Amino acid sequence: MVIEIPLVNITARNTHIIPFEFEYYEPRSLEEALELLAKFKGEAKILAGGTDLLVKMKTRIIEPKVIVNIKRIQGLRYIIEENEHIRIGALTTLRDIEKSTIVEKNLPALHDAVKVMGSIQIRNMATLVGNLCNASPAADTAPPLLVYNARVVAMSTRGKRFIPLEEFFKGPGITALEPDEMLVEVIVKKNNKGSSAFEKVSRVVVDLAIASAAVYAEISSDGVIEDSRVAVGSVAPKPIRTRILEERIKGLRLGSEELKKAIYEIDREISPITDVRSTAEYRRHIVKVLVWNAIERVYRRIRGECV
Amino acid sequence: MCINMVKVAFKVNGEHIELDVSPRELLINTLRSKLGLTSVKYGCGIGECGACTVLVNGEPVLACLTLTVDVNSKDIITLEGLSKNGLTDIQRAFIEEGAIQCGYCTPGFIIMAEYMLREVPNPTISDVKEYLKGNLCRCTGYINIFRAVLKAAKSRVSR
Ligand SMILES: Cc1cc2nc3c(=O)[nH]c(=O)nc-3n(C[C@H](O)[C@H](O)[C@H](O)COP(=O)(O)OP(=O)(O)OC[C@H]3O[C@@H](n4cnc5c(N)ncnc54)[C@H](O)[C@@H]3O)c2cc1C
Ligand code: FES
Ligand code: FES
Repeated sequence: MVIEIPLVNITARNTHIIPFEFEYYEPRSLEEALELLAKFKGEAKILAGGTDLLVKMKTRIIEPKVIVNIKRIQGLRYIIEENEHIRIGALTTLRDIEKSTIVEKNLPALHDAVKVMGSIQIRNMATLVGNLCNASPAADTAPPLLVYNARVVAMSTRGKRFIPLEEFFKGPGITALEPDEMLVEVIVKKNNKGSSAFEKVSRVVVDLAIASAAVYAEISSDGVIEDSRVAVGSVAPKPIRTRILEERIKGLRLGSEELKKAIYEIDREISPITDVRSTAEYRRHIVKVLVWNAIERVYRRIRGECV
Repeated sequence: MCINMVKVAFKVNGEHIELDVSPRELLINTLRSKLGLTSVKYGCGIGECGACTVLVNGEPVLACLTLTVDVNSKDIITLEGLSKNGLTDIQRAFIEEGAIQCGYCTPGFIIMAEYMLREVPNPTISDVKEYLKGNLCRCTGYINIFRAVLKAAKSRVSR
């Protein structure tokens, strides 16, 4: 008789240690970092705050051969306001963004988002650029930056290119970056006419989103949506703009039955899944509420009724 | 420069430390196993519980998600450092308010409370909840912890 002995689950996680060796580099300049990435191609992983990367290494979801820690590179941690743009450097932390009056004033949806991300410890360690490069469908900074039409700057020894954020996300964990490229900066054009807001629901306060929504809108004083951009998170394989919805809600009045009906049609643009955080059905429902609430909050911001 | 065993030098609780470590060594293990600083607790290992919180250059950092090589030339404070000269006001308030049961989460909470009181000397209850939301406690139900932190804040302000 053959007795089947169940295999020990070797993927059961032991998060006390990182269970494999890697080569470690601490470049002091951007040039040095780019040369390392060019040399090791797909074998190297960039380490910024480590709040995604080290968790994945501990649980052996990825086992990079080479780690390039970019945190000792000078001059990559900044938020700069120019006439038309705001530029955010690769080593700028979520906490830097939370404390920035430039962001609070000009990019309220991004400010909303970082305030509800992780804990103070996480926000102090984690970078904005790491959140984008990790490319989770639930990345909270993505919907706000999508409605701002943000661009990212990728650099390699081959040169520099500008990528619209919408083209940057390719799928869960997948970005438009080539293996030898590093994301060095996020550029956001200022929008002076309207305002913006971000809404999220999660199971507990420190958790990834069940669903999220960001709205940029220009709304007349009597509450008619003149123009808008809407993006949602955790309801598709990547954070997405919902352009059909944007078209449909143009000219509609806040609080109206028409607006409600139009928002219901977001169903055609999303493809949520069921996972540990939520059922697909609940995601379909709640994302509509989030879009509605975000529009309401934009209107209150435009009228100066809330910050 | 490629690094295999790395020489790191940093300060822990005011003391200068020099060690050779593998790049994959985590700060939590260096502090606990090599330096005997067992106030730094392992709760989850994935950034969710805050039990391993230490101050690095004055900012709260999770030691379970930090490579030891990464704190080279930095300044680390653990609870042992905060309470070098006897119990701190926050520790005393925790005891008085019954904010400790098993005590496993306590060092992380006290480090975060200390950080908060340096940033926000006069916190409201919502400040306290915001600053402590990355710290989990499975025993107390949090109410006594919040009360203790507010009490310590009050006594500091009136000092
Ligand atoms: C407890 C906890 C709570 C969290 N809560 C949230 C939350 O509420 N919302 C949310 O969206 N996320 C959350 N996260 C996820 C994570 O903290 C964020 O995604 C964070 O912004 C990642 O940034 P980092 O600097 O830590 O990235 P790292 O972990 O250092 O890197 C992440 C990925 O990006 C790559 N990378 C980093 N920088 C660059 C660069 N300059 N160029 C190219 N590639 C780069 C890395 O190689 C890696 O693949 C949470 C994580 C934890 C552990
Ligand atoms: S052990 Fe570090 S956060 Fe839980
Ligand atoms: S006192 Fe036991 S976990 Fe907090």
